[in-house]
Amino acid sequence: MTGSATTPAIAGTQSDNRGIWKRNQRALAPWVFLAPGIFMFALYVIYPIIASMWLSFYDWDGLGAKTWLGLDNYVELLDDDAFYTSLYNNIIWLVLYMLAVPAGLFIALFLNQTVMGIRIYKSLFFFPFVISQVVVGLIFAWFYAPNFGLFYNLIEWITGTGIAVLADDRYVTYGIIAAGLWPQIAYCMILYLTGLNNVAPDQVEAARLDGAKGFRMLWHVILPQLRPATFIAIVVTVIGALRSFDLVSIMTDGGPYGSSRVLSFYMYEQALSEYGFRMGYGAAIAVVLFAIMMIFISFFIWKMVRDERGM
Amino acid sequence: MTLSLKSTLLGTAALALLATQAVAQQRTLKYYADFDPAPLAAFEAVIADFEAANPDIDVVLQNFDHEGYKTSIRNFLTADSPDLANWYAGNRMAPFVNSGQFLDISDVWTDNNLGESLASAKGSMTIDGKQWGVPYTYYQWGIYYNKDAYKQAGVEVPTTWAEFIDNCAKFKEAGIDCLTTGTKALWPGAGIFDYMNLRTNGYEFHMDLTAGKVAWTDERVKNTFAEWAKLVEPGYVTANHAALDWQDAASLLIQGKAANYVMGNFAVAVFKDGGMTNDTLGFMQFPEITPGLPRGEEAPTDTIHIPAGAKNVDDAKKFLAYIATADVQTKLNEALGQLPVNNGSKVGDDPFLQAGFELLSTADGGIAQFFDRDAPAEMAKIGMEGFQEFMVKPENVDRILERLEKARGRIYK
Repeated sequence: MTGSATTPAIAGTQSDNRGIWKRNQRALAPWVFLAPGIFMFALYVIYPIIASMWLSFYDWDGLGAKTWLGLDNYVELLDDDAFYTSLYNNIIWLVLYMLAVPAGLFIALFLNQTVMGIRIYKSLFFFPFVISQVVVGLIFAWFYAPNFGLFYNLIEWITGTGIAVLADDRYVTYGIIAAGLWPQIAYCMILYLTGLNNVAPDQVEAARLDGAKGFRMLWHVILPQLRPATFIAIVVTVIGALRSFDLVSIMTDGGPYGSSRVLSFYMYEQALSEYGFRMGYGAAIAVVLFAIMMIFISFFIWKMVRDERGM
Repeated sequence: MTLSLKSTLLGTAALALLATQAVAQQRTLKYYADFDPAPLAAFEAVIADFEAANPDIDVVLQNFDHEGYKTSIRNFLTADSPDLANWYAGNRMAPFVNSGQFLDISDVWTDNNLGESLASAKGSMTIDGKQWGVPYTYYQWGIYYNKDAYKQAGVEVPTTWAEFIDNCAKFKEAGIDCLTTGTKALWPGAGIFDYMNLRTNGYEFHMDLTAGKVAWTDERVKNTFAEWAKLVEPGYVTANHAALDWQDAASLLIQGKAANYVMGNFAVAVFKDGGMTNDTLGFMQFPEITPGLPRGEEAPTDTIHIPAGAKNVDDAKKFLAYIATADVQTKLNEALGQLPVNNGSKVGDDPFLQAGFELLSTADGGIAQFFDRDAPAEMAKIGMEGFQEFMVKPENVDRILERLEKARGRIYK
């Protein structure tokens, strides 16, 4: 920004018999290059955000006329049990999903060694991230399924009575999060594996000479060097937790009786599903979800800017 | 050279051929539908007959996945609408009628005297005194049961609710689920509620309730749930039903692990695929709860409509009139394994169809569509969640009913 502000000033001191483009070339060129990106970003990100906010003040079924409601959708949200269930589940998701970061780190450390065929093991551990979330959801749904599911039968064998995880409002959200963690841990693992490749061997060597080993070595020497990887792992995990839609949709459809809903799923249910089509109310939920995401996004951006300035 | 000359000649001939075809050009009729494989085959046969009778019309059928269709219909009706589209009768078509997405086809009804031949479905096809579609099939709901399970527990097929509950105790002793269901997709639970309410309070009350005229906290609704609790509280319903699809529950019935299943007649195909025969599979009407009530039944009707954005309305109306005729409905429903709406049609020989026809034609109370077709979509969703919760946690009944009542206050404005 500072560069572009000073350039016109320098240009201004010279004789001005060149064309406008020539005179302001250095100031304009970045914008010309940015233009396609800005245009796309405005059309596909900024405009939908504003349109959703606008829509959240209306009652609209997607077909007929819109009716202005003002803040009524938000007032209704405050008195909606299903909304609080979704919000609460979202928080559980956020907290438990974070387990993927240390678990990924652990597996990465474990796999970061030179053994025969280690590449095969690495790719096997990475495998769950490669398969579609829909498939992950189906596999876990069968795993939990009453009467024939492996997990159900295991519990039945140990305790005498099986637990149908996905039919019980006490366990259902945890059951889905466990399914979500499976690929997410693999993702964090791959991030850490690439990070571990870049750990400076001379520092490890020096630390070893100073007598550091085990946990102290990890905490004081390795982890600080993995900070970029940790940052990215946390970012993708937070975002993954907040947009946890596909697993909920595949495994339970929000059930039993709506107890495994999360905000993104509730939004879809209200606005787009078979029995929904309350576009305004769905948009209001989307705005709330956006506000929650904004907290994290602002923090990440703030941190990135700070790091870039070297503070 | 000679080769290229030949091909040029051939090319010209082909062009000429195309030109002659263009003269006798066919009008296309775009039809969007959501058939399962067996109904699709039946409809393709009917369409072939229609095209043979009307050589100038080419029906282009675009078949959708059943569940996906329910959401995509909103998109294609407003964006690129076909000339014909499948949908459902009752309140389920109201959003499209009220927003002007379906065409008023009262003239098809009057011109073809459908008011008489399709009399039983006229009410559910009428909004604001006009007809908005043509029904082609419907099917009964009721209780399907495993005769072997009845033998194993040593009980008789019940006729009253008290007998049914007594049987349940014996089934439980024999380690058999008295009533099975799979409410993962919610709607199977609504079938049970509909019958509980129809039998406890009657058809008129049920229709008032789904139309939002009666409070969910009404004493009579509580009576319905009290009767239902007799089934739920002692654990006579399959455990973990909230994690089961309806087909999973069907396999419990097939294996004899469950005795009864409140279902629609479409389930018979699944039972028979699973190895049941007319000797092991039984059908009965839902037993009487409140004595002396006129008997209401449940029979969802499937329909075809003309979207407002249709380009070929004339031929679409011709097609609807054709689908409404007695012969076509006979042929169609024989293949579908369901009941024809036209009262001049013949019902198939299948014992379950015959039983259903008997059941529905003697229903003196009235014919309900189904909870998610009689009640508006939003109410249906919240209601069905409530039914599912009740069947897992019957002690929550008051909280559930209050929630439904709150939703009623908001939805029916």
